[in-house]
Amino acid sequence: MALAWLPARLVGRRAQTATARSLVFTVPGWPGHLPGQHVDVRLTADDGYQAVRSYSLAAPADDDRLELGVQAVSGGEVSPYLADQLPPGERVEMRGPLGNWFVWRPEQTEPVLSVAGGSGVVPLMAMIRAHRSAGSRSLFQLVYSVRGPEDVWYREELEDGGPFLDVRFLHTRRSPHGAARASGRITAADLREPTARLDPVSPVYVCGSTGFVETVGDLLVELFAGRGKEPATIRTEHFG
Amino acid sequence: MTSFSPGFRGRPHSLAQRLPPGQYPTESFPVLSAGPTPRVPAEAWSFTVTTERGETRSWTWEQMMALPQQDTVTDIHCVTRWSKFDTRWRGVSLDVFFDGLETTAGYVVADSYGGYTTSLPLADLLGGRAWIAHTYDGYALSPEHGGPARLLVPHLYFWKSAKWVRGLRLTPEDDPGFWESAGYHPYGDPWREQRHRGD
Repeated sequence: MALAWLPARLVGRRAQTATARSLVFTVPGWPGHLPGQHVDVRLTADDGYQAVRSYSLAAPADDDRLELGVQAVSGGEVSPYLADQLPPGERVEMRGPLGNWFVWRPEQTEPVLSVAGGSGVVPLMAMIRAHRSAGSRSLFQLVYSVRGPEDVWYREELEDGGPFLDVRFLHTRRSPHGAARASGRITAADLREPTARLDPVSPVYVCGSTGFVETVGDLLVELFAGRGKEPATIRTEHFG
Repeated sequence: MTSFSPGFRGRPHSLAQRLPPGQYPTESFPVLSAGPTPRVPAEAWSFTVTTERGETRSWTWEQMMALPQQDTVTDIHCVTRWSKFDTRWRGVSLDVFFDGLETTAGYVVADSYGGYTTSLPLADLLGGRAWIAHTYDGYALSPEHGGPARLLVPHLYFWKSAKWVRGLRLTPEDDPGFWESAGYHPYGDPWREQRHRGD
């Protein structure tokens, strides 16, 4: 059965960073989704021209309310419009859910490692929120690489996530005052402790730019090689 | 007037006839993959065709490079909606690997280093429409784009062009590969916008 395009009304917009937005839509007839999945968003111009892009869902479905994370890309055709121009109360079209691979299911009980670069945190946030609302007592770890402290999405929720959420921030350009770790790109040292807490079958989720995902994938494969953990437990998602 | 997305204009639509429906053009070369990138040195690479009766033909890197080479310039279309025009590849036509092979199989599963698989009709690999490609834009194909060698089937969505390809298995029936099993379309024609099962 083909997925239908559904009208989606913008009911909430919240700044996460200077250029990142959480957008909440109501989508009557939404069939539900798994944490980590994404949607297609379709825009239509007055002359009938249409543009479609995929965006990650940032939270488990709350009836027909969906939360997306949108990073406005300078010069982009769709993201600046969604981030700052689509008026509240107006509609776009959506279809989904899409992607049956980069997902975490609440019935999974192994400790998890997720690694985010920048706006790659969005689908991982859906998993973290689902993990929390399921009352899961397995450890969910997030290693989150950002340029500087002002680039962190979902800060309050991540800093106050309870005993089963372990979040490490990595700052690549500007570290907060007094930080123990010097600013710089992710290295094997940043992943050694989080990977040591995993089971052989623990899933690892990596999401970010292509360069980030390639780097982290290589680091993880190397760390796993000495421990008998299969590279196939690593699931990746890229943007850009 | 439309009732959706008021005030949205979009980019100039001049490329429309060259773009399959729902695609946008990109100058960069994005990556779609589901797991870490396998690192396969060319000297460790081999390529095997296995018939439905279990007969095999294999080529080492050196043997593959000694086959007739072909240059091709083609547009490619990713199911994640980017299209890239005039990409330049060098490789060996699949017709060369299948030359003289006896089979009644209608389908193929491509197997990759790292465990990725994809499935497609055998006919789509023949007739000068598909290659084992090892060079992109004049340079050795990089690992994140499927090097040392990938399948190139540009008339289908690019997930069919399996990166890090190591072999082709001929099958009597369509045996869904990785994305085909995860809800993508079994065939994947960009001009008919066959993205997901049922499209």
